[in-house]
Amino acid sequence: MKKSRIGKNILTVVFTILSACWILPVLVVLMNSFKGNTFVKTATFAWPTGDMFVEWANYVKGMTFGNYPFLKSVSYSVVITILGTFLILLCTSMAAWYIIRVDSKICRICYYLFVFSMVVPFQMVMFPLAKTADTLKLNTPWTIPIVYLGFGAGMATFMLAGFVKTLPLEIEEAAEIDGCGPIRTFFIVVLPMLKPTLISVAILEIMWIWNDYLLPYLVLDRTKYMTIPIHIQYLQGSYGQVDLGAIMALIIVSIIPVIAFYLLCQKYIIKGVAAGAVKG
Amino acid sequence: MAKQVRSHGSATNSKMMRRSIQKWAILFLVPTLASFVIGFVYPFCKGVYLSLCKFTTTEDATFIGFGNYVKAFQDASFVHAFWYTALFAVVSVVLINLFAFLIAYALTQGIRGSNIFRTAFFMPNLIGGIVLGYIWSMIFNGILSRYNTNILMETKYGFWGLIILMCWQQVGYMMIIYIAGLQAVPEDMLEAAKIDGASRAQTLFRVIIPNVMSSITVCLFLTLTNGFKLFDQNLALTAGQPYVFKEGGTVVKTTEMLALNIYSTFYGQNVHARGTAQAKAVLFFILVAGISLIQLRATRRKEVQQ
Repeated sequence: MKKSRIGKNILTVVFTILSACWILPVLVVLMNSFKGNTFVKTATFAWPTGDMFVEWANYVKGMTFGNYPFLKSVSYSVVITILGTFLILLCTSMAAWYIIRVDSKICRICYYLFVFSMVVPFQMVMFPLAKTADTLKLNTPWTIPIVYLGFGAGMATFMLAGFVKTLPLEIEEAAEIDGCGPIRTFFIVVLPMLKPTLISVAILEIMWIWNDYLLPYLVLDRTKYMTIPIHIQYLQGSYGQVDLGAIMALIIVSIIPVIAFYLLCQKYIIKGVAAGAVKG
Repeated sequence: MAKQVRSHGSATNSKMMRRSIQKWAILFLVPTLASFVIGFVYPFCKGVYLSLCKFTTTEDATFIGFGNYVKAFQDASFVHAFWYTALFAVVSVVLINLFAFLIAYALTQGIRGSNIFRTAFFMPNLIGGIVLGYIWSMIFNGILSRYNTNILMETKYGFWGLIILMCWQQVGYMMIIYIAGLQAVPEDMLEAAKIDGASRAQTLFRVIIPNVMSSITVCLFLTLTNGFKLFDQNLALTAGQPYVFKEGGTVVKTTEMLALNIYSTFYGQNVHARGTAQAKAVLFFILVAGISLIQLRATRRKEVQQ
C-alpha cells in the first residue's frame, strides 16, 4: 500500500514536469511576443529584458500589420464560426430527424450519401467547389456558412441520426395526439431531447470552422475578407517583410479566445471529442 | 384486449405521423440537401469528370480520358510525396498512440492532479494547424540557429519537426479516447485479476488491452487518416522545403506531403497541370476512402465478436 503511494507521488511529479513541457511552446510564444523582431530569431528562449523588451509595440504593430486590420479578420472568423455552427446544428438536426422518422427510399439514399461524404478529403472537391461557390456568391462571411453546411452535413447528420434512432417514438406520438404538428413536435419535443448530441456536434464544428484554413482561403473573396488563419499565413508566407515579433503577438491574440473557450467548456469539449471519435 | 387496441392504434398513429412529417420535406430536408448538393455532390461529380479532362478553368474542359492519371503516376514529385506521406503516417501513428496510451494509462491510476494534466495535454488540439506550424517553426529555428542552420535546410529536420508537432497536437486527443476506453474496463474483471495474483504487466496485456481494443482501432485509424490528410501544418512548417532540382527541370519538394502536392499542382505556376492535379486528387480520395473502409470492416468484425 505504502509502496504504491510513493509510486503515485513519483508519477505526479513526472506528470507535472511533462505537462509543464506541454504548455511550454505557448509560453515561449508569449515571451517572444514582447521581443523585437531580430531577437525572436537570435535569442528565442531568453527572457525579454533590456534591449529585447519592446512592451506592447508588437501588439500595436500587429493590429494593422500587412495593411489589413487584424481585428477585422477576428470578427470575420467569429461571424463565420457562429453562423456556420448555428446553421449546421439547425439544418442537420431537422434533416436527421426527417431521415430517421420518414425512412423512405430517398431518405436512405441521402443517409448513405452523407456517410460517404465523411471519407472524402477536401482536396478532391476543392477546385470545382471554389468555382461553384464563387458563381453562387457564397464568397462572403455571411454566405460561406452554406458551404460549411454542405461540406460538413455528412458528419453532423450521421451523429445526430444515430441519436434520433435511440429516442422513444411514444413521446412524439403523445405530442401528435395532443395536437402538435410536425414543426411543433420537432422544435418543442425532439430538439430539447437532442441537446447532448447537439453540444458534441457544436464543439466539433466550432473547432473545425474556427481553425479551418484552406476552405475559406479558396472560397472567400480574399481582397475583402480574411479569417485568422488566412491572415497569419498571409503575413508569414507572402508579405515581404516578416516581423516575427508582431506575428507572435497576433498568435497570442488569436489563441486567447480559444484557451478561454476551452477552460469554460472543457467538460463538453472532452465529451464531444470522445463521442465524435466513437461514431466517426 | 385493451393492450391490443393500443398497440394497433399506435401503429396507425406512427404511420399517420410519418405521412404528416413527409409533407414537410421542404422545411426539414431540403435546406441541408440543397447545401449538400452545392458543397459536396456537385463538386465531387465535377471533380471526377474534370480528372478525365484537359482544363485550366472549370469551363474550358475537354475530355481526354485517362491521360491525366498517366501523368500523375509519372510525376516524380507526386510519387515522392506519396512515400513521404506514408512514412510520416506510419511513424506518427506509432509514436502518437504509444504516448497517448501510456499517458492515458498513467492518468487512470488515480494519481493526484490527473484532471489538470489532462487539461494541459489536450490544450494544443484547439490551436489551428497554421498557427501550430508557425509556433513550432519559431521554436525549431530558435534551437537550430545555434548550429547555424534552420528547419528549411534539411529534409530530416522538416520530417522530425512535423512528427514532434503532430505528437504535441494529437497525443491529447487520442489520450481522451483511450481514457474513455480504460474507464469502461469492468471493475470486477480487474478485481478478479488481482485476486488471481496477476502482475501489473499481466493485467495490462491480458485484461486491459483486450478490453480497450475498440479504442485502439479507432485511434489507429484516426491518426492514420489524419497523417495522410495533413495539410495546414505541412504548409506552415516547411511548405515542402528544401527543394531538389532533378534533370529535366522537375522539382521535388522533399518535405511535401500528398495534400500539399495536390494543392500546389492546382494553384502553381503551370495552369495546364490542373488536370493532373485533379487526377491526383481522385487517387488521393481512393487512398483515404480505402483506409476508412478497412477501418469500418475492422470495427464491424470486433462488434460481431463482442
